Amino acid sequence: MNRIDQLFASKQERILNIYCTAGFPGPDDTLPVMTALQAHGADMIELGMPFSDPLADGPVIQDSSTRALQNGMSLKKLFGQLEGFRDRIHLPVILMGYLNPILQFGVEAFLEKCAAVGVDGLILPDLPMAEYEQEYKPLFEKYGLHLILLVTPETSDERVRQIDALSRGFVYAVSSSSTTGKDKDMSAQQAYFERLKGLQLKNPVLIGFGIRDKRTFDTACAYSNGAIIGTAFIRAMEHSKDIDATVQQFIQTIR
Amino acid sequence: MDIAVNTSGSRYHVDKNGYYGRFGGAYIPEMLYPNVEELRQNYMQILSDTGFQQQFAHLLSDYVGRPSPLYLAQRLSEKYQANIYLKREDLNHTGAHKINNTIGQILLAQRLGKKRIIAETGAGQHGVATATVCALMGMECVVYMGSVDIERQAPNVARMKMLGATVMPATSGSRTLKDATNEAIRDWINNPVDTHYIIGSVVGPHPYPDMVARFQSVISEEIMRQLLEKTGRAYPDYVMACVGGGSNAAGAFFHFLDHEKVQLIPVEAAGKGVNSGFSAATSQLGRPGVIHASKTLLMQTEDGQIVEPHSISAGLDYPGVGPLHAHLFETGRARFLHATDDEALAAAFELTRLEGIIPALESSHALARLGDLALQPDDVVVVCLSGRGDKDMATYIRHLEQFTKS
Ligand SMILES: Cc1ncc(COP(=O)(O)O)c(C=O)c1O
Repeated sequence: MNRIDQLFASKQERILNIYCTAGFPGPDDTLPVMTALQAHGADMIELGMPFSDPLADGPVIQDSSTRALQNGMSLKKLFGQLEGFRDRIHLPVILMGYLNPILQFGVEAFLEKCAAVGVDGLILPDLPMAEYEQEYKPLFEKYGLHLILLVTPETSDERVRQIDALSRGFVYAVSSSSTTGKDKDMSAQQAYFERLKGLQLKNPVLIGFGIRDKRTFDTACAYSNGAIIGTAFIRAMEHSKDIDATVQQFIQTIR
Repeated sequence: MDIAVNTSGSRYHVDKNGYYGRFGGAYIPEMLYPNVEELRQNYMQILSDTGFQQQFAHLLSDYVGRPSPLYLAQRLSEKYQANIYLKREDLNHTGAHKINNTIGQILLAQRLGKKRIIAETGAGQHGVATATVCALMGMECVVYMGSVDIERQAPNVARMKMLGATVMPATSGSRTLKDATNEAIRDWINNPVDTHYIIGSVVGPHPYPDMVARFQSVISEEIMRQLLEKTGRAYPDYVMACVGGGSNAAGAFFHFLDHEKVQLIPVEAAGKGVNSGFSAATSQLGRPGVIHASKTLLMQTEDGQIVEPHSISAGLDYPGVGPLHAHLFETGRARFLHATDDEALAAAFELTRLEGIIPALESSHALARLGDLALQPDDVVVVCLSGRGDKDMATYIRHLEQFTKS
């Protein structure tokens, strides 16, 4: 069973998924950050594959990507770092990134690598749903990898249902119409969260974008199975001197 | 008006799924789906509407000053031993072809009930053309521009501000056109309901490449009519145009795409030389990939990171090319040439001295390849003179001595 499904089978509430950029803050920090996240109580890890032009991300995550690229990160290097990581880390791991580097790597070669090192799922914001369904779904299934799709406040009920039907693992509910890292007021989104809840989706739902502290995490958890924190965590890591301590402190403020 | 012409069945125009061969599509995050879908569902209907077409035609004639002349350049023709016509987009209001597209898109934005306009710009020509139509229609206007370009293109920044636009510096990545485009797309993600994004070239997700090409297709429509009047034939032997994203080329080629006898010659910016590491010749250096939500040729590293191009002309300084052009390249329908910074400069001075026309640096790239066509005396060549050189005076002044010594 895919580790994402295993997690949701045993826990349905207050799932904490933390996003970090691979090769950030330092080139060799990918594994230490993941290890600390596991040690201090994260439930799931979303690992960003740095890209030069991350359209769906705000300045904080883009800057972390730029820094990672300056640190020499690439997909090849990332797979090198992930070699054998399953000896140490049992949390579900999702790779998040943009299509172009994957197209250059070769989609099947990429998926094969993901499966070989022990990745569980992928978030690829610029892969259109129709193209996934027509071209790539059988490959994802062949390698046992979940593609997690996004919904937003502007997504119609009908389209939410299509997305839910195609998404595996969970549905990623973007909290507001925004790029990552915008502090839009979450209370204004309650009608949207209620609507999602009312749709009784087959997948679990995690809410992301704008979750930054205990209050916003609690709000998200009141309407869904948990939340994803990215920008706030990257901010905390930017100037970290001691990765383990920073991660521990950060998670304490959320839980 | 031909902007709504039915192109189904064409080998070269967009297909019903938004692709040109294997290029094009809409590689957008879900956050942009409603915006792009709204456009996709409505654009052909709006472009087909007679009221819309009348308004567009009226503004193009009385405000932009169309039709732009098709000028037989006598002394240039003598030099290259052929009949060389210049399509004078440089004489349009605001000084380039860009305004054809911004007029079309602002009318479309009004029909979609949008209140706010955003745009990206490199040299500032598209930014000025957008700020102009926003002033005309009394709409809020935000233009994203790389902070590096803001410093390089001060006069156009001032023009945009005078026209009432807010110029937002793009400070991410390499801080030039590609990053300004990223920022504009992000703005659109954050303002999905009331905002229309006026993209400045035949790039971006479907339906933009087709929509922008249709607004620019007035160029080839006029060329056919004017050429017929002047020579008795509607189809030239060659059409040449510079290519950044490719909108003036798409407009100049549009009605000729399916007439294979018309040779299409896009000219890219080779910068300091195609293999110098400082170039923007995407068809030569690019590989298929996804940039700004479109599958096309783009300049990238082995790892799929988008690289920063170089050209002396900010308007050609783009690491991708519209999906139509990627398809024209791959099918061999168009013959892609390229010109270096120095060759473009020399061509600009040549046109100025032979014809008394100071061209934009972008357009000069097309002029620079006239000598390569093996022209016959009876050949009819149309060069799209996409813009005027006013904005490039600082560059021209720096090279004045080099090119005016006799
Ligand atoms: C005069 C002129 N020509 C050409 C271009 C390049 O754009 P495109 O390739 O879309 O025609 C620009 C862009 O700024 C321009 O200002």
